[in-house]
Amino acid sequence: MNDAVLRIRDLKTCFDTRDGMVTAVDGVSLSLGRGECLGVVGESGSGKSVTFASVMGLVKKPGFIAKGSINFEGRELVGLDPKNYRKLRGKEIAMTMQDAQTALNPAYTVSNQIIEVLLAHDETLSGSRKAQRRQARQQALEMLQLVGIPSAETRLDDYPHQFSGGMRQRVMIAIALACKPKLLIADEPTTALDVTIQAQVLELIADIRDKLGMSVILITHDLGVVAEYCDNVVVMYAGQVVENGPTGAVIATPQHPYTQGLLRSIPRLSDLSRRIEPIKGTVPELIDLPDQCRFMDRCTRAQASCRDLIAMQDCGAGRQVRCIAPGLAGGSDV
Amino acid sequence: MSVGKFIERLLQLIPVLLGVSIIVFVMMLFTPGDPVAIMLGDQHVTEELENALRHDMGLDLPPHQRFFKFLSNALTLDFGLSYYHRQPVWDVIASRLPATIELSLAALVFALVVSIPLGVLAAVHKNSLLDRIATVTSLFGVSLPGFWFGILLIIFFAVNMHWLPVAGRAGFESEVAPITHLLLVDSLLRGRIDAFWDALRHLILPTITLGLPMASILTRVTRASMLDVLNRDYITFAEAKGLSKTKILIKHALKNALIPTVTVAAIETGSLLGGNMVVETVFGWPGLGRLVVESIFVRNYPLIQAAVLFYAVTYVMLNFFADILYTMLNPRVKL
Ligand SMILES: Nc1ncnc2c1ncn2[C@@H]1O[C@H](COP(=O)(O)OP(=O)(O)OP(=O)(O)O)[C@@H](O)[C@H]1O
Ligand SMILES: [Mg+2]
Repeated sequence: MNDAVLRIRDLKTCFDTRDGMVTAVDGVSLSLGRGECLGVVGESGSGKSVTFASVMGLVKKPGFIAKGSINFEGRELVGLDPKNYRKLRGKEIAMTMQDAQTALNPAYTVSNQIIEVLLAHDETLSGSRKAQRRQARQQALEMLQLVGIPSAETRLDDYPHQFSGGMRQRVMIAIALACKPKLLIADEPTTALDVTIQAQVLELIADIRDKLGMSVILITHDLGVVAEYCDNVVVMYAGQVVENGPTGAVIATPQHPYTQGLLRSIPRLSDLSRRIEPIKGTVPELIDLPDQCRFMDRCTRAQASCRDLIAMQDCGAGRQVRCIAPGLAGGSDV
Repeated sequence: MSVGKFIERLLQLIPVLLGVSIIVFVMMLFTPGDPVAIMLGDQHVTEELENALRHDMGLDLPPHQRFFKFLSNALTLDFGLSYYHRQPVWDVIASRLPATIELSLAALVFALVVSIPLGVLAAVHKNSLLDRIATVTSLFGVSLPGFWFGILLIIFFAVNMHWLPVAGRAGFESEVAPITHLLLVDSLLRGRIDAFWDALRHLILPTITLGLPMASILTRVTRASMLDVLNRDYITFAEAKGLSKTKILIKHALKNALIPTVTVAAIETGSLLGGNMVVETVFGWPGLGRLVVESIFVRNYPLIQAAVLFYAVTYVMLNFFADILYTMLNPRVKL
């Protein structure tokens, strides 16, 4: 993929905590093409948010990027100076957070929070400070209309708490998209919402992606969402990528036992008789992990050679998997 | 907040103030000692004269009638006579009030100006040397007794170093014709820089002594709430928007972090009133606090009662004000 917007190579992000060195992201590589939507799935604690906090340059103390490379449109982001990073954030790479309720500042109106991004980045604004604010306000209004806030004009000067959960999520998306970024990182955009609103918000993101031609990273727990909206998918487990590839293929014939387990653990309306099988056990502590397969303890197919270092290996059709005995369980019926 | 809501809240104060005045009245009802005997002191008078005095002061009425009389008098600021000063009680209090107001305001400003930047810096540089110093200092600040700390300041800055005056509010030579009765303001309004300077020099040590406990409390409140706010998602989101560090700190963090600070400051201003008694006595400050202490020594009951009522009403009003301030700063709270 030459036309990659984002390319992460062998990223390792650690937290130097009192209990020891937590390696939250361990050797993650992935790449995202222009206009592509990439799904990132994995259990809670698998390192999804930390991976993309690393991309945003927002890993906070005691965390740090230990090694690896993050290439955005030909620019290396690891080690980029704060000033240039600031110019990038919100303008070229935007992010929405898991919970809009807490991500919006309760002390400021919605228009204020959109306008400030525009004032920080938008070079097309011109004239006096006041004139710029007026133009930015007009754009803020257009953004709120774009994300489908009813009677947006009258809602510009409302505070976040005056919006419903779904509307707040839209406001947050409007803020993220205000400067027409090339890449949107949507961290679990729908987890806090009920099902019908979930679909609306995802449709909205897909819609705007087409309109603006931006690339989207969709972080989620929900493989159903991935199946519906993502071109490619990356499955993460305990800080590592365990499987990636085109969404359809990965879901039809999952290769890694963890992916297979994930697929078996989601309920299907079409087949209520089928038993849901949750994956037994929990994600390991990420401190001082040995160089073996991290899923081994929970894997039904573990064998002696799983104790060796397991690398990602190609398995055809643009797919990769981190397992010495991939695919054995056969296709899933999802 | 609408004017209607504001007035509604103001009306809700009436039962509180009524309760306060009942408590003050009952306190004085049960104060040991016969007011008439105290007033007369060593003078020997006839029984008729004593009874006439008692009747004049309304002491022969049943308690509930005395209360209504007390209340209606209090509403017109009539608290009787201070025999010690040979003046109406309220006149005595009013003459001492500006000095106390000036000192309290100075202490409030001092506390805010010191505590907010210090609390913010301590939070931003958590666990740094500055943070540790701020934490330890504020611990001392709340626990040092005012009279001891005040005397320490006097000994060092006034007695040993001669940098600042020992006591009092201003020298004779810097008297200015009153406008607001606040010396700092009046001297400026009258264009008397020398008098302003003199008043300021007199104000410094009592201000620090009075404001230190409040500054300490507010530093801790600001630090804690700033730490809390800095961990909020909206700060991360503001960073993700690519805003500058100062913008995030001042606009997004500080406005939210100051809500508890300002609220606590408004409430703590009430406790400055208590601190005034000690500080004004130590620094010979001619304000209400010292007046009350003096009045206690000479058992000037009418004045003490009036002062207690005044303190209580002020305290209630400050709390009311803190409430209003809190709602104004916090759009989520509706009255
Ligand atoms: N500030 C921190 N200090 C120490 N460890 C951290 C910190 N932040 C994250 N981690 C570690 O990184 C791991 C991965 O966290 P991350 O938030 O990326 O998970 P996630 O996949 O996004 O999970 P979720 O689905 O719950 O959002 C956590 O389990 C935790 O051990
Ligand atoms: Mg997460």
